[in-house]
Amino acid sequence: MAYKHFILVCGGTGCESSRADDIYKELKASAEAMGVQDEVQIVKTGCFGFCEKGPIVKVLPSESFYVEVKPEDAKEIISEQIVKGREVKRLLYKDERQKDRIKVEDIGFYQKQYRIVLRNCGIINPENIDEYIARDGYAGLEKVLTSMKPDDVIEELKAAGLRGRGGAGFPTWRKWMFSKGVESDQKYVVCNADEGDPGAYMDRSTIEGDPHSVIEAMAICGYTVGSTKGFVYIRAEYPLAIERLKIALQQARDYGLLGDDILGTGFSFDIEIRLGAGAFVCGEETALLQSIEGNRGMPIPRPPFPAVKGLWGKPTIINNVETWANIPVILTKGSAWFAKIGTETSKGTKVFALTGKINNSGLVEVPMGTTLREIIFDIGGGIKDGKKFKGAQTGGPSGGIITEEFLDLPIDYESLTSLGSMMGSGGLIVMDEDDCVVDVSRFYMEFCVDESCGKCSPCRIGTNQMHAILVKITKGLGTMEDLEKLEKIGLAMRKAALCGLGQTAPNPTLSTVKRFRQEYVDHIVNKSCVAGKCKDLVVFSIDKAKCIGCSLCARKCPVNCISGDKAQKFTIDASKCIKCGECFKACKFSAVVKK
Amino acid sequence: MAKMTLEQLRILREEKKGEMIKRDVEGKNIQIIVGMGTCGIAAGAKQTFDEIVKSIDEHSLNADVIIRQTGCMGLCHVEPTVEIVMPGMPATIYGKVDAATARDIVVKHVVGKTLVQNHIYDRPAVDIVKN
Repeated sequence: MAYKHFILVCGGTGCESSRADDIYKELKASAEAMGVQDEVQIVKTGCFGFCEKGPIVKVLPSESFYVEVKPEDAKEIISEQIVKGREVKRLLYKDERQKDRIKVEDIGFYQKQYRIVLRNCGIINPENIDEYIARDGYAGLEKVLTSMKPDDVIEELKAAGLRGRGGAGFPTWRKWMFSKGVESDQKYVVCNADEGDPGAYMDRSTIEGDPHSVIEAMAICGYTVGSTKGFVYIRAEYPLAIERLKIALQQARDYGLLGDDILGTGFSFDIEIRLGAGAFVCGEETALLQSIEGNRGMPIPRPPFPAVKGLWGKPTIINNVETWANIPVILTKGSAWFAKIGTETSKGTKVFALTGKINNSGLVEVPMGTTLREIIFDIGGGIKDGKKFKGAQTGGPSGGIITEEFLDLPIDYESLTSLGSMMGSGGLIVMDEDDCVVDVSRFYMEFCVDESCGKCSPCRIGTNQMHAILVKITKGLGTMEDLEKLEKIGLAMRKAALCGLGQTAPNPTLSTVKRFRQEYVDHIVNKSCVAGKCKDLVVFSIDKAKCIGCSLCARKCPVNCISGDKAQKFTIDASKCIKCGECFKACKFSAVVKK
Repeated sequence: MAKMTLEQLRILREEKKGEMIKRDVEGKNIQIIVGMGTCGIAAGAKQTFDEIVKSIDEHSLNADVIIRQTGCMGLCHVEPTVEIVMPGMPATIYGKVDAATARDIVVKHVVGKTLVQNHIYDRPAVDIVKN
């Protein structure tokens, strides 16, 4: 006999520790005591997020979402809900604040996420255009072609308040209006899918999961600004995304949604794919356009902006994947709907790729104005292994580290910029107490040294100099003057570099020098790295009081620098030690000390 | 299909919308949807997919089951993910589905109509297209 109800008890580590197991047992016992064990299946699940509010219990099919459940509540859940069919109201999740912010009164949902860009990801088959069409796909294009003038589309985007998701947040409508206003025999529409930030993969996932949303949006743009030709510039490292995009383009052509005389309206538009070779700088719009033209990918000074003078000197609209994916929904559901979501200055949602020392890494899409705390602790399930949060890096090598004191700041373009970080493309790397900020800054600077195109000297020389100083500090050779130099060079690069890459390359360093100054000073003055990451500053030794002489550390040591007789105290020869930390990990008695 | 007119696009949309809501494709009413983004495939979604196909075959369920693929739903920490939509059961998302778990899901969930312990995850957000 089939079950009528299902009770899901969250079995994530957070909830386990808050007695999820007892709840599970109590629920089973209560179900048996009341004779309903054949009607309800009680199962343990994976982590539901929301660990702060755990333990979580969810009842299906009624979708009741209970939080902070105690074992004593089990009886009531069974007797009220399973026997009598009534929800246990006092345990239901309420979040008035969230509801108020999104202002979508008719959705009484408990999730912190709100998916506009990722609306179809994980739901449709990306290789089947029919499934996209079934979910209002190409309805935006249809509406635009049949009932809107180009100016109406721009007005709609203006009312929606959509801003570019690729970095700086330039209003999309304004870009389109510039391009529309220029007389030209040809104009171009370009999708920037050259996602290069370490740790960011939302554009890849969007194209892999919902390629038609980008195609539809580009066609809408073509109609609006008067262009018949589009390019998607995507990096060759994304083979699956490229494959699915190719399939989608062909299906759209077969259906007459791309090509000549689309849907019999007389409007023609088609899209070509251009593969990038993976240079970070080609994500910068002017360098990207150079690359499409077949030139070496190097930025050129703006103005003129691409919207006026871009590909082959023609007006060119270039937007990033996430920006494009917003557009079809704005047109089908209306600007008023979109403008209700988010904050005063930043409308809609933002997709983040949540990675690093976080329990539930993954793609999350949240309304603008969501706090970092909600993203990391409610959705991300908190820091791995119960460690302490240290900071979160947004915007990759162009962004900065946000510290604990700003966890409750609503995130939007302005708030991130005010913290010396930026929205960037949306990589969000979480760091814990074991991460050293000097080492992290050095890593990002090394990335920028590698990826600097070398055209302008502030970036070419500045990144190298800053990197050299950071390396010096991680080796314990830094001086206090070096800190001043870092700030001086960084500020000069911000002002003088040619493109966004160079102007923002100092951000990770500048933001950490400001917010974690003490840690830099520790490296310089005390020659110590609290996180234990900077090998040159770490010394391993054995605490004689704790060592029992098991010899495990000596057997693990790859360079045989630990010696001693069995059952006697062991010692580490610091002159041979390569500081791999194997002995530290191996010791079961915490006798190996890292300082 | 040949190039469409506006009218044909509207008809197709309504027709397919019906199918999506009923979740009834080609007369088959059990859908098994495997997340096949780069993250899923890297975590072994292809093996999971193959195991499901094999298992469905062994239980002679081919007439009722359609196995589909989809992109990343965002639960990268528990890939591969598999969603099951079928009559009489709540739509369920399973995570960390290796080949053995895939078999378990076919036997217990699809055939036995019971949920599989420890692998259930929550859909991350409401569906804005449906609302």
